[in-house]
Formats: sequence, structure tokens, C-alpha cells
Amino acid sequence: MEVPILKQGEVLIATFQAALSDADLEHLRRGLVQQVVRFRSRGVIVDVTAMDVMDSFASRTLREIAHMIRLRGAETVIVGIQPEVAFAMVQLGLTLEGVATALDLEEGLAYLIEKFKNID
Amino acid sequence: MAINSDQDIVAARQKGRALATELGFTTGDATLIATAISELARNIVSYARKGEIALKIIHGSSRQGILIIASDSGPGIRDIRQAMRDGFSTSGSLGLGLPGVRRLMDEFEITSEPGQGTIVTVKKWKQ
Repeated sequence: MEVPILKQGEVLIATFQAALSDADLEHLRRGLVQQVVRFRSRGVIVDVTAMDVMDSFASRTLREIAHMIRLRGAETVIVGIQPEVAFAMVQLGLTLEGVATALDLEEGLAYLIEKFKNID
Repeated sequence: MAINSDQDIVAARQKGRALATELGFTTGDATLIATAISELARNIVSYARKGEIALKIIHGSSRQGILIIASDSGPGIRDIRQAMRDGFSTSGSLGLGLPGVRRLMDEFEITSEPGQGTIVTVKKWKQ
């Protein structure tokens, strides 16, 4: 299953589907980093609203995506973690330490715009 | 159902969620069940390459629940006590699998024999 990546100005938006396999996640990780380079993007929003399970592999991949993109000098924000998914993640002992999160797409965009302002 | 690829991990957790929802579990509990299945299936693929996950409906004195049995004939776990500690891992994964799964579920049992395989049995009861 391919994850669509939309370009919105300086920001890339990747929207996760519910049934992503490990291979899909790895594919997305490669694709996102490549596109950040290609478009000289300054921010990435990963929208996980549709994800109904965030297990150890998915959260590790999200962390890796954010860290790789930060090394490129861009910012990542994860948006839309569902409350029950957040609950399961905490019970499982998973954290997204060092990764910005926001309630939804709108808040994620606002977060990035604020970040850009501070840099400009 | 047979577990031997990352696609099977997705299929197993979807099946688990569907069964939990059918039994009337809350969305929250169905998510915990699906997440536990995802981790158990992941352990099978990472450590044993192939194995099986069985889902069963169980009946207590006054409530229903789900029983999940994850079994494989992989290398087994030499030191279960160590494997049940947070942060332990031998395959470079996060190593939070088993203690995390225990926290997600109501009952947890593991038997493992080095060279023979591992069986993890977990239960979640409907509130």
C-alpha cells in the first residue's frame, strides 16, 4: 500500500492508512527523506489519524523518519494519534521522544509555521 | 492463522480487532488487543520466521473474553525472566515486546524451550 505524499509549499504531508505493513513503512521512510531533499522542504507532517495500531515497529519508524529529516535541517510533526492508540502506546512502553506531535493537521501546520518564523 | 511475513502481522491484528469488536469490547480494549497481537506476531516473524496465532472466544463465570495463542518452533528463549524485563532484546528491535504485551492484556503466560520454540498465551476479558 502506497502512502500518498502531498506537497504544500515548503511542507510535505504524508497520510498514513490503517493497514500499513512494515515494508510500507520502510518504503515511506525512504520516500519522505528523498522528497524532503528533492523539494528542499522545511517541514513534514505525518498524519496518523487513520492508524488504528501503533506497535513498536511503527513508532520506531516514525522516530527514525523525524530524526533523519531533522538531520536534513527540516522539522517533522506527527499529527492525529488517536486517544486509544496513545493509551495502547503508553501501556506498551512506546514513546516518541524528541518528536513533535500535534492534535491534527491544522495544529501541525501552525506548529511548523511558528518554527519557520523563528528560523527566518 | 499462519504468521510468516509482515503482511501476516497486519492481517492477524485486523482479525483480532474484528473479533474483539464483534464480542462487544470497547474501541479502547479492541485497540489494546490488536496492538498485543501485532507485537506477538512481530516476535514470531523477527525471532522464529514463522509460526501461528490462534484467536479464541473464552467464557468466564460472568463474562466473555479473547484468548490469543502465539506459537512458533523457533530458537526459543533461554532466559524468560530476562526477556520479561523492559528493554531486553536480542534482534535489535525495541525489546519492549513481552513486558509491554503483558501490560496490555489481563492474563499472560509464556512457555519456551531453547531449540523447541515459544508459546505465549494471553487473555483479555470484557469489562
